[in-house]
Amino acid sequence: MTVTVAATASTIATPHFEWSLLSPMLLVFGAALAGVLIEAFAPRDLRRPMHVVLTLGSLAGAFVLTVVLAAKSSIFAGGKPGVVAAIGTVGVDRPTLFIQATILILAFVSVLLIAESSHEVSSFTPQAAAVPGSAEEREGLLAGLSHTEVYPLTLFAVGGMLLFPAANDLLTMFIALEVLSLPLYLLCGLARRRRLLSQEAAMKYFLLGAFSSAIFLFGIAMLYGYAGSVQLSAIATAAQSGLASSTLLYAGIALLGVGLLFKVGAVPFQAWKPDVYQGSPTPITALMASCTLVSAFGALLRVFYVAFGQLTWDWRPAMWAVAIVTMMVGSIIAITQTDVKRLLAYSSIAQAGYILTGVIAANAAGLSGSLFYLAAYGFATIGAFAIVTLVRDRAGEAAHMSSWAGLGKRSPLVAGVFALFLIAFAGIPLTSGFNGKFAVFRAAIQGGALPLVIIGVISSAILAFPYVRVIVLMFFSEPAAEGPVVVRPSAYTGLAVAIGAAATVVLGIIPEPLLSLASHAASQLFVR
Amino acid sequence: MVSPAHFIALSVILFVIGAVGVLVRRNAIVVFMCVELMLNAANLAFVAFARMHGALDGQVIAFFVMVVAAAEVVVGLAILTAIFRARRSASVDDANLMKY
Repeated sequence: MTVTVAATASTIATPHFEWSLLSPMLLVFGAALAGVLIEAFAPRDLRRPMHVVLTLGSLAGAFVLTVVLAAKSSIFAGGKPGVVAAIGTVGVDRPTLFIQATILILAFVSVLLIAESSHEVSSFTPQAAAVPGSAEEREGLLAGLSHTEVYPLTLFAVGGMLLFPAANDLLTMFIALEVLSLPLYLLCGLARRRRLLSQEAAMKYFLLGAFSSAIFLFGIAMLYGYAGSVQLSAIATAAQSGLASSTLLYAGIALLGVGLLFKVGAVPFQAWKPDVYQGSPTPITALMASCTLVSAFGALLRVFYVAFGQLTWDWRPAMWAVAIVTMMVGSIIAITQTDVKRLLAYSSIAQAGYILTGVIAANAAGLSGSLFYLAAYGFATIGAFAIVTLVRDRAGEAAHMSSWAGLGKRSPLVAGVFALFLIAFAGIPLTSGFNGKFAVFRAAIQGGALPLVIIGVISSAILAFPYVRVIVLMFFSEPAAEGPVVVRPSAYTGLAVAIGAAATVVLGIIPEPLLSLASHAASQLFVR
Repeated sequence: MVSPAHFIALSVILFVIGAVGVLVRRNAIVVFMCVELMLNAANLAFVAFARMHGALDGQVIAFFVMVVAAAEVVVGLAILTAIFRARRSASVDDANLMKY
């Protein structure tokens, strides 16, 4: 927020922007704006192909730009920890580049699911404005329409997700939070089937999300009052000198923490997660469960490592409590679930607890473990939700677990791949989930959090139970007579499942390349 | 004499009223208005702190927050209108198809 203005009235120094460092985000936002223009001017039949090319192309392009940035600049390849760009508002450093690259790949795979159109016209409603069950809705369904606005909305959300963990001051972080959240609120309400559930999910997500971002904003106000600046490094400096009122500081940390933990879905701020994951169109659930989680953890790590890095002893006890209840509540309630998407949602809550143990370590090992875990979990979770879109009955996706009985006998490949994702979530060795858990738990032990790790292991054991139950149900029980069918995936969903499964196996058997990349990214922590 | 500290106290009171409103009110529109009250409480705090620190940052932030709040209204009312048309009710208690 420090804008240098020349003293003389005649000359105004223009602020200096490092365009090349910001290019991945600018490309995604530019493509989102171009998508709005397509929506306005392109003829209806051309819109979908144009959007698919533009969206996938811009995400791939932004990924290439991020890799080039990391390879060419002195940041990743060289010795510098990073650069503070755009007049102090964006920190482009090693962990950020790693997180942004992860988000871009995961978003690319999610967009493959969003673009799927073989088993129905699309996962999205023909007209969001038409009342469910009305004549207008039927007309739209018969005409084979679907909302193509989902592509620009997705790109706006992904742009916000790229900026959120890179924000070096809290105002930019707040704006990024809203830019990523607002499109997601809308996308949640656009499901083609079970529209009342979808609208309910959108309303719950919106009201709770707006509530949490208001709390986040008030936390920023408190920290601004404390430090006189919203820059993370200025807050860290003020906290070190300890001159101002510590009431403001602690209120600020608590309120800011609530806002961030809500986005992560940690208990006690998890209430939205199962409902929103269940009600949303499944491709959007995949996007939220992977990319939003990565982005929110990136922002959480940056705030707590940079701004509150010296106050570890003050925030750690509260974070301990949150991590413990998150791991236990997530895994215990997962046992009682009968809906596959809700089961995956509670599993996602528990996984957030495991990643929090890496955050609590507050050292380079914790950061690198969290980065690896996020990448590994993101691929597996998109793959799992992709499988959910394939198992269908007459009403759409057969999400109730009882209808998955005997799936392994009817379509062994799909059931086998789903079982692979489940054992990766459970953290069985030779899958990516095991290596991710091992990395964060080892970092937590190094950081002196042994009790937390013991609770983490107990929670993983509990969480393995519902997964094993699904696997047993799929392979060892008789298929129901009127059971669901597994539709043949088109190239889009097939590619998404293949990428998810390949990443899960490869990161399980040879994790070293990504682990060493993550530890190189984390070695100097965030730029200040 | 009214000092900046009084404004901070007022903003905390407004924030708490808004937060309690979100938790206890049933009508989705009223819940949303309470969220807006919380945002405005934060704005008041920003402006008061800007005055205390003698810097303009806080006042600029207040403008950003207003723009964000306006965008949030657009999205929120769209969702709430769609729900109301489908259910003929804006009560958050009626939206209970998904539980536990």
